[in-house]
Amino acid sequence: MIPLSWYLIVSAALFCIGLFGVFARRNAVAILMAIELMLNAVNINLLAFWRYRTPTEPIGLAWSIFVLALAAAEAAVGLALVISIYRERDTVIAEELDTLKY
Amino acid sequence: MIQQIIFIVISFLTLLMGWIVVTNRNLFHAALALMGSFLGVAGLYVLLDAGFLAAAQLLVYIGAISILIIFAIMMTRRLMQTSETPFNNQWVLGGITSLVVFAVIAYVVLQVFPWQPGAQPFGAAPEVPGAVLEASVTQLGAALVSVDQYVLPFEVASVLLLAALIGAIVVAWPEKKE
Repeated sequence: MIPLSWYLIVSAALFCIGLFGVFARRNAVAILMAIELMLNAVNINLLAFWRYRTPTEPIGLAWSIFVLALAAAEAAVGLALVISIYRERDTVIAEELDTLKY
Repeated sequence: MIQQIIFIVISFLTLLMGWIVVTNRNLFHAALALMGSFLGVAGLYVLLDAGFLAAAQLLVYIGAISILIIFAIMMTRRLMQTSETPFNNQWVLGGITSLVVFAVIAYVVLQVFPWQPGAQPFGAAPEVPGAVLEASVTQLGAALVSVDQYVLPFEVASVLLLAALIGAIVVAWPEKKE
């Protein structure tokens, strides 16, 4: 007997924690971790709506599988970029990577 | 009742771990908290009768992505130092923005869906026979390769993963010293 709104609230809270991390963290790896939290929150939403609206069809399951695959691809490319930048510039602090600004 | 207590405990732990991820000074501890948060989300999937997704979450997130992140943290080791502040100078503004986003989403959700267990609409998960839920994994497998449903997104996702794999290798390849 868990209302749908509870899942939606928890997922919104997790999303906003991730959002805060993306806004506020200085380290690029930490920003990537916060993005993973946001993707997880989206997946909770998808599966909650699947369970409450269309539990007999695998729509929500299929979409959350795609989100999972995208998250894996994003993590691999993002971390490769971080490592490459670290090798080049000796820093992964997002504020110091501002070449494109000038 | 017992389900509600389990839900509250799991979501509290998930949110607490998520908070540690974004606030901890030590990146390595943040990565361990991230694994805890993923585990909590997997627990929520189990409560939602999505056992397959919970297993996939364990394998992909805790097994692969967390390890990848820990690798990246260790390869940028100098930044594991704990002395400097973890936040940039916009963190107050970022916090206010996140709080406003949360308040708006929570307000809209509570306008549409009731807070009390059992109230309509969607105060409780619809009763579905266990066999139907078990068959959903079979259905999912069939849907992912069926021409009418998800075969195109499925193939695009495979190409994307391949491209990400090759791209990650190329980007992280060390440049040759002359």
